[in-house]
Amino acid sequence: MLASAAQVFIRNWLVYKRIWHRSIFFGFLQPFMFLSAMGIGMGTLLARNPNAFGGMSYLEFLGPGLLAASAMQVATFESTYPIMNKIMWGRNYEAMLSTPLGTRHILIGEMGWISFRLATIATVFMVVLWFMGVTASPLAVLAIPVAVLSGVGFSAGLFAFTTTQENDLGFSWIFRFVINPLFLFSGTFFPLSQLPSALVALAWLTPLFHAVELIRGLTLGRLDPVAAPIHLAYLLVFAAAGIWLADRGLKRRMEK
Amino acid sequence: MSTAAPLVHARNLTKRFDAFTAVDAIDFDVQPAESFGFLGPNGAGKTSTMRMIACSSPLSDGELRVIGMDPRTEARQIKARLGVVPQIDNLDTELTVRENLEMYARYFDIPSDVARTRADELLEFVQLDERATDKVEPLSGGMKRRLTIARALINEPDLVILDEPTTGLDPQARHLLWDRLYRLKQRGATLIITTHYMDEAEQLCDRLVVMDKAHIVAEGSPRELIDRYSTREVLELRLADGVRAALNGKLDGLADRVEDLPDRVLLYTDDGERTLDELNRRAIPVEGTLVRRSSLEDVFLHLTGRSLVD
Repeated sequence: MLASAAQVFIRNWLVYKRIWHRSIFFGFLQPFMFLSAMGIGMGTLLARNPNAFGGMSYLEFLGPGLLAASAMQVATFESTYPIMNKIMWGRNYEAMLSTPLGTRHILIGEMGWISFRLATIATVFMVVLWFMGVTASPLAVLAIPVAVLSGVGFSAGLFAFTTTQENDLGFSWIFRFVINPLFLFSGTFFPLSQLPSALVALAWLTPLFHAVELIRGLTLGRLDPVAAPIHLAYLLVFAAAGIWLADRGLKRRMEK
Repeated sequence: MSTAAPLVHARNLTKRFDAFTAVDAIDFDVQPAESFGFLGPNGAGKTSTMRMIACSSPLSDGELRVIGMDPRTEARQIKARLGVVPQIDNLDTELTVRENLEMYARYFDIPSDVARTRADELLEFVQLDERATDKVEPLSGGMKRRLTIARALINEPDLVILDEPTTGLDPQARHLLWDRLYRLKQRGATLIITTHYMDEAEQLCDRLVVMDKAHIVAEGSPRELIDRYSTREVLELRLADGVRAALNGKLDGLADRVEDLPDRVLLYTDDGERTLDELNRRAIPVEGTLVRRSSLEDVFLHLTGRSLVD
């Protein structure tokens, strides 16, 4: 099973290896610019109210949150247009399925690939955070697998959605009404305590919030012993459900 | 007929999509080393049949054995021994020509040194060795098809399935492709080809079935089918509209059978020239005439009352 799935991974690597250096470069540039502008620039203004972020500087608050949000964005993008292309436009999966590969090998290979991509992005991001003095605990290293786990959840969920689509119109809907609200209202940019309690409750139901909290706790060494296992459990269930749906979706789509 | 076990054995093979029946209880056998064709118009059920054989579409009903195995439970083992050339190209456009072959070999678990050697041979076979390091996208339609055929041969398949291999190609590219497929056939490969081109079926198929509206309507070698369902020759007439309207019965007795098509009238006869002489004696004014041998097109017309390519 894994040997076959690995070939799907290798195919992606074959394409990616031509551009990896560019990809890593932007992987550094993006968080560096964002954190400089928002974290340091805006953070200086926000520093007038030292308790606003629970004793953290704005850069400390924002950095880990942005890591979680970036993982979500990369994962969702990678599972929309590129997967649609492999299903419909370029028909890569049809070609693969004419070989001994089955839909499950494809899914495992793709999830393995997105995990690898997320791991490199999260590692680069973490290096930037460390460089900017944000990391405060050796546990920060564990934020990388958490970013991967939450990213896989988003990736698998979007993959499942993509298998049900006949064109790319649904993607802009997803980005507008799911991904962007999550990006803005999951405690990435400001503490949820600023929101009405109904919205706070809603945030607890959404995946990015749990990823942000867990990654922030690990990076800053401020893990909440009660909430942390809940965050982790949520993310595990989220990823498992996504993979289950994607597995069903791809089989249904390809084996007509 | 060969006594060896058939490579493909289908009984009552059926494919339904909700209320629509694409393939309706068809029977056929494909023998080793034969080149077997499915001839029929678009929508006849050819591609659905191909997809079931290729294990990419589950059968709705009936029995199907491919290389002695059951597609329902042994798809992986069957697919390891098939080569598939789909109707629409699905080459990996993000890889080079050579990478397309070598990556595909990996999906079959072929060791990379073996894959390299085979890729070299196949690129030469399909005359693409000079394009090995090029990307796929700039290749012409004919080149892409040839690469797809090379790709389908990378696992040295026991059975090669080609779904409309030359649709959309210009005549020169088609002839080059036919030549390659003919060589493949000479090497003893078993081919299954779908086509709506009768000349393609006549060139490439030892035996074929004619499909129409989800059914098989005839089976045999191209020669047998022509002998059975048509006359030796055909006299084609082009008539002015006025003449045509006033024909009523003037063609009676001239031929075994008359087909009245929108653009021409076909007279089925064993001796076209003699029929033409007779036509001239009757002084029917014609705009153009053509005497030709019967083809599978005529077989199809006789069986279904319609042309293959509309």
